[in-house]
Amino acid sequence: MNIATHSPALIIAIPLLGAFLTPLIGKLGRRVRDAFVLIILILTSIIGIILAQQDYSEGIIKYTFGAKIPSLTSPSTISIPVRIIFEIDGMSIFMAMISLLLAFFAVLYSTSFIKDENGSDRYYTLLLLLLVGMLGMELTGDMFNFFVFIEIASISASALIAFSVDRGESLEAAIKYLAISSIGALFLLFAIGLLYGQYDALNMAMIANSLSNTYIDKIALILLIGSLAMKSGIAPMHMWMPDAYGEAPSSVTFAIIAATQASLYGLIRVCFTIYGKAFDMQAIAGVLVALAFASIFIGATMTLIQSSLTRAIAYAAVAEMGYILLGIGTALFLGVEGHGAVALKGGIFHIFNDALDMGLLFLAAGSIIYATKERDMNNLGGLARRMRFTTIFFLIGLLAASGMPPMNGFASKILIYESTYALNPILAIIAILSSILMLAIFVRIFYSVFLGPENPNLKDIKEVPKPMLISMACISLIIVLFGIFPSLVVNSIVNPAVHALSNVDAYIGSILGGV
Amino acid sequence: MIYNIPYIAVAALIMIGLYAILFKRNLIKIVIGITILESGVNLFLITLGYRKNAVAPIYTNLPEGTSIPEGMTLPVPQALTLTSIVIGVAVLALMLAISIQIYKKYRTLDVAKIRRLKG
Repeated sequence: MNIATHSPALIIAIPLLGAFLTPLIGKLGRRVRDAFVLIILILTSIIGIILAQQDYSEGIIKYTFGAKIPSLTSPSTISIPVRIIFEIDGMSIFMAMISLLLAFFAVLYSTSFIKDENGSDRYYTLLLLLLVGMLGMELTGDMFNFFVFIEIASISASALIAFSVDRGESLEAAIKYLAISSIGALFLLFAIGLLYGQYDALNMAMIANSLSNTYIDKIALILLIGSLAMKSGIAPMHMWMPDAYGEAPSSVTFAIIAATQASLYGLIRVCFTIYGKAFDMQAIAGVLVALAFASIFIGATMTLIQSSLTRAIAYAAVAEMGYILLGIGTALFLGVEGHGAVALKGGIFHIFNDALDMGLLFLAAGSIIYATKERDMNNLGGLARRMRFTTIFFLIGLLAASGMPPMNGFASKILIYESTYALNPILAIIAILSSILMLAIFVRIFYSVFLGPENPNLKDIKEVPKPMLISMACISLIIVLFGIFPSLVVNSIVNPAVHALSNVDAYIGSILGGV
Repeated sequence: MIYNIPYIAVAALIMIGLYAILFKRNLIKIVIGITILESGVNLFLITLGYRKNAVAPIYTNLPEGTSIPEGMTLPVPQALTLTSIVIGVAVLALMLAISIQIYKKYRTLDVAKIRRLKG
């Protein structure tokens, strides 16, 4: 068996197998199990790298489950490709890289972070299942398969949010997340049914090719965008996000950020690839830009009034999702040439940056909770004296999240501002002002947590263990490198993604060309 | 008209489900609402694949003299529905498990009172 040809299947199979082996390996002791989970993740990442290389050198990879070519059918009288096909282009591989990176550091961080809790075998099982769900969503070329993976991701994510069952708040957040996800996914399934009923196809490329602008297509589009926007925490469907992000263990939040972005990837895929060719998306683009501003505004203002540290960062994450959607919406409005291409570049680059920045802030907040057992910012203070490294990492994270040069957040936000200015200067000014507001809020949070007078109750806290520091340090390093060499990143991984989204015919042709 | 009855049932089930989710305050009733919504969507998928006078899509079960695709209902929606039912059971089990834990912590299932997270 050639690993390179079967890598699209293996990238799903290895973490899936690892997930269910973890409880067994866990019987051998904690260290063995941690090492096992890390090895599984390293193997998956290696396959991810193989896939990326294949993708960048040979173009779109397609992998048909159960057959050599997509068009093979039995009985031969049927001419529709009904098999599940994985279609991996630059955008898919870009998202898969984010998921793998975040999952790896989430596990590395968890090896110390989750140490004291019971049932940590199952914790790693769920974390690996979450990774399977995300990767499946990002790599699949089949609508129903997408639904299955979105459900795998949301079931495992909500179980992870409820991981500390002794806290009522986390249970509340978990049921909210699960209810919202399953309602969203059911409407997604309904929309898939509508499309299937008309075109006899579940394959994304095939649907994209045969869309004929009927009334039912429009209903399906609205259902798809509504459900996926709900899953990606776009205002006004953002209510679950501060709860889930704020109450989950921080390492879990770190992984769920990637799951949220996988849903956002679904939204992008629907807007650009499936509907982009047959539909005039201007009206939808206008709605997306409006929702983006709602997210930015609600996120930034609600961050202001929070007293819980993780909840404040979670609202900032809502605002960051707004920035990504702003880039995407502007690109959809202006088309994929000229300023639209810049907007798309900025939006997609910002997906990666948002994952890193928000992730780093959550990991730093998690370290504070780990060291002090305290979430309320009013009870924290003067931590910079005791937790030097965490302070530095939090500072890097907040500068990056609020788009300060030379961090990575600036590199992508400047692209978004530049292109939004072409759409309407006022929009760009609002976006910049919100970013400055975020910086002000974050400085206040930083001051009240790390500076100021030392809280007498927090005299004997210590810096967090090494694995947590190492994962935060690696993320910080990536943030700074992305900030200093943005053009390198844009050229090597962002541009292929942009190219994949703007070149719909290639996506359709690679499946249907062979039929 | 008679062939539209399944679609009317789909619309009714989805509406009932949404009503329960939006207006009921008991957590268990909300979970039931989600399950009804799911049944509506499953019924929709099954109805899409139905053909008049067709048999179940089992290859060995075809009556004599029937050519293969025309004699059967579409197999794909049925496969989709089976998958969707299995997923639905997993979601239902997890939601009920979390509801039990919530009842243990809060001593109530009224969603208006389960509100420690706000703002």
